[in-house]
Amino acid sequence: MLRFTDEHEWLRLDGDIATVGITAHAAEQLGDLVFVELPKVGAKLTKGEAAAVVESVKAASDVYAPLSGEVTEVNEAAVADPASVGADPQGAGWLYRLKLDDASAMDALMDEAAYAEFAN
Amino acid sequence: MSLQAAGALSPAAPVFADPLAQTPLHALHLRLGAKMVPFAGYAMPLHYPGGLLKEHLHTRAAAGLFDVSHMGQIALTPRSGDLAEAARALEALIPIDVLGLSEGRQRYGFLTDAAGGILDDLMVARLPDRLHVVVNAANKAAGFAHLRAHLPDEIDMALVPDALIALQGPKAAEVLARLAPETEAMRFMDVRAVAMIGASCLVSRSGYTGEDGFEIAVPAERAEAVAEALLAEAEVLPVGLGARDSLRLEAGLPLHGADIDPGTNPVEASLAWAISPARRRGGAREGGFPGADTILPAMEGGPSRRRVGLRPEGRAPVRAEAPLFAAEAGGEPVGRVTSGGFGPSVGAPVAMGFLPAALTAPGTRVFAEVRGQRLPLVVSPLPFVPAGFKRG
Repeated sequence: MLRFTDEHEWLRLDGDIATVGITAHAAEQLGDLVFVELPKVGAKLTKGEAAAVVESVKAASDVYAPLSGEVTEVNEAAVADPASVGADPQGAGWLYRLKLDDASAMDALMDEAAYAEFAN
Repeated sequence: MSLQAAGALSPAAPVFADPLAQTPLHALHLRLGAKMVPFAGYAMPLHYPGGLLKEHLHTRAAAGLFDVSHMGQIALTPRSGDLAEAARALEALIPIDVLGLSEGRQRYGFLTDAAGGILDDLMVARLPDRLHVVVNAANKAAGFAHLRAHLPDEIDMALVPDALIALQGPKAAEVLARLAPETEAMRFMDVRAVAMIGASCLVSRSGYTGEDGFEIAVPAERAEAVAEALLAEAEVLPVGLGARDSLRLEAGLPLHGADIDPGTNPVEASLAWAISPARRRGGAREGGFPGADTILPAMEGGPSRRRVGLRPEGRAPVRAEAPLFAAEAGGEPVGRVTSGGFGPSVGAPVAMGFLPAALTAPGTRVFAEVRGQRLPLVVSPLPFVPAGFKRG
């Protein structure tokens, strides 16, 4: 299941683990990324809190936790090569994985078509 | 995440007019696919489809074309025809030698206030019949009003409606010489009237990137033709305000409204070099500008704080407004970052900020608070990249 938030994050659910990243639309708006900071594995995130940071040459942007849960894995390749996030934001440029407190909360988020309309 | 920051420029100075003004190159920007943003009351290109990083690096490697028509170009023309009269009057407002400026030359300077603060920084050029002043976009109205209020009525003032195009980079001279061969012999800070594809232009060899280059004032109705003629040259790419900011930051050039403002004096701002010898203590026309009794003693005694370059040790950019600390833990802030970001040519984050004099020696380690953490930075000489000006 692939879902999107109005804060321009995407989540892909696999069991109760959601992979989180920034949307292609967000990546395009931000431009070339030069710095990525990710949460620590084991961190407990509450929906809406600043979980990660992506920075372009000119600006820093917080990436908010789209849902509540515990961080199980982070994409170190994104930290090592921030440009990789912009190159494939909804694939290899994922940011972190979250064990959701309540996987059913995904249902309230936007599907791809709804997000496409929202971002337009 | 909020995408508002994606369209924002770090200088927070702009006052958004509604509707936004358009430069004479507006239609060209749209055709080139620019991302347009409001800046100082104008719709301006933030970047073009290639993106900021590419535009920045291209300017350092070849040549970038910038629309800076939003800046204020002001003509000061003495009715008497005696340019010395205008020069003397302007000297009462700025600590530079205007009287000694030769025809066809320009100088960098600043308008100061009674407390020695910097109202705006500017360029003054001496032309055969007038002085030509270029002020910052965000200060255009205030700067014009300030000059009008303080200059005698016998000096006519007019906002020049020309477009202003900057061509910057190591290939700028070679490119411009194809359109106007006489520009090749110009030295840094020379100003010359030049015909370019039939348009009467005013060209200065100067800029805001740390590279060799030119600023070209073009009558509005010919601006697009001149810009397109330059863009048709293989070395030239259009460059937006985003890269203009990262280029000037790497070049160590202050931005009014961010690094300098009425709360900073020129000595603190590390701009004392621009105060002409003739206006310093013991000079032929010592003082006589607003704030001289603050600025001149500060030049001798040394300021209590100073603008310095800062290199974050880590990879995280440290941006404007980050407080600076002397230690990794505890204590009150001792200064603050005024500009900061990633330097594409440096390949690392770079910043500028103010620190107490005791902490300004190159190599001094200080700490910036970013997202609740203290990150180490090292005080570094400015500029961060070698200057490419043609001084010879």
